[in-house]
Amino acid sequence: MALTIASREVNGVTVLDLSGRITLGEGSVQLRDAIRGLISKGQKKILLNLAEVNYIDSSGLGELVSAFTTAKNQQAEVKLLKLTKKVHDLLQLTKLYTVFDIKDDEASAIASFT
Amino acid sequence: MSEAKAGRLSLTLKSTMESVDEIEAVAEKLAAESGLDENERFHVAMAAREAAVNAILHGNEYDPAKLVFASFENTGAALVMTIADQGKGLNPDSVPDPLAPENLLRGSGRGIFLMRSFMDEVHFRQLHPGTELTLVKHLAPAGKNS
Repeated sequence: MALTIASREVNGVTVLDLSGRITLGEGSVQLRDAIRGLISKGQKKILLNLAEVNYIDSSGLGELVSAFTTAKNQQAEVKLLKLTKKVHDLLQLTKLYTVFDIKDDEASAIASFT
Repeated sequence: MSEAKAGRLSLTLKSTMESVDEIEAVAEKLAAESGLDENERFHVAMAAREAAVNAILHGNEYDPAKLVFASFENTGAALVMTIADQGKGLNPDSVPDPLAPENLLRGSGRGIFLMRSFMDEVHFRQLHPGTELTLVKHLAPAGKNS
């Protein structure tokens, strides 16, 4: 299943609800375009809701890392919300769990942005 | 183009994203037919996908003149998948450790690590030109048949 991205605003935070696969090609490119688009518009608080993402390959992992570093370089923040077990396990295996700020609850995730 | 001989399926594929998806799908089907559980099927399919991406993106660099050769076999003791490209060749030792603190924020370089994490054996062979990866998932405890 290709990646779909829906965007909404909650208390100044842009929540991107992702659904599908983040893999080499379309999914990674869509995510990159969405993140860069938000940052270019000056959005500094971005929450990626991964509740409906059950597959990320190494390219998708790289894209998440790129989103994180691109945001950081622009004094913006990208956080992750509601990982599926597969994605959670992948982030632990690759030690990326230590890189990202990962939340399970949307309200506390929104409140955590400075 | 595909050829099946005595339980072994061989594919000759173009260097396209569709071929990556096809290799992943065949690996997932083979894993399912071998009775692996859902988690192991995921691992086998993802390892095959990463190997296919290596071959098509990094090996053949999407060159339409270069092909990818994939084979899939259940030997009874193991699932064995080989994926070969016609590229410049890959030295796996040249890929930085993706778990090293200085590499955690790199945008690439995790594919081989994932293959090695998900499969029981990963072998590289230089073909001149190209690289062949062999991925093995044991179906029975090591030594059971020896």
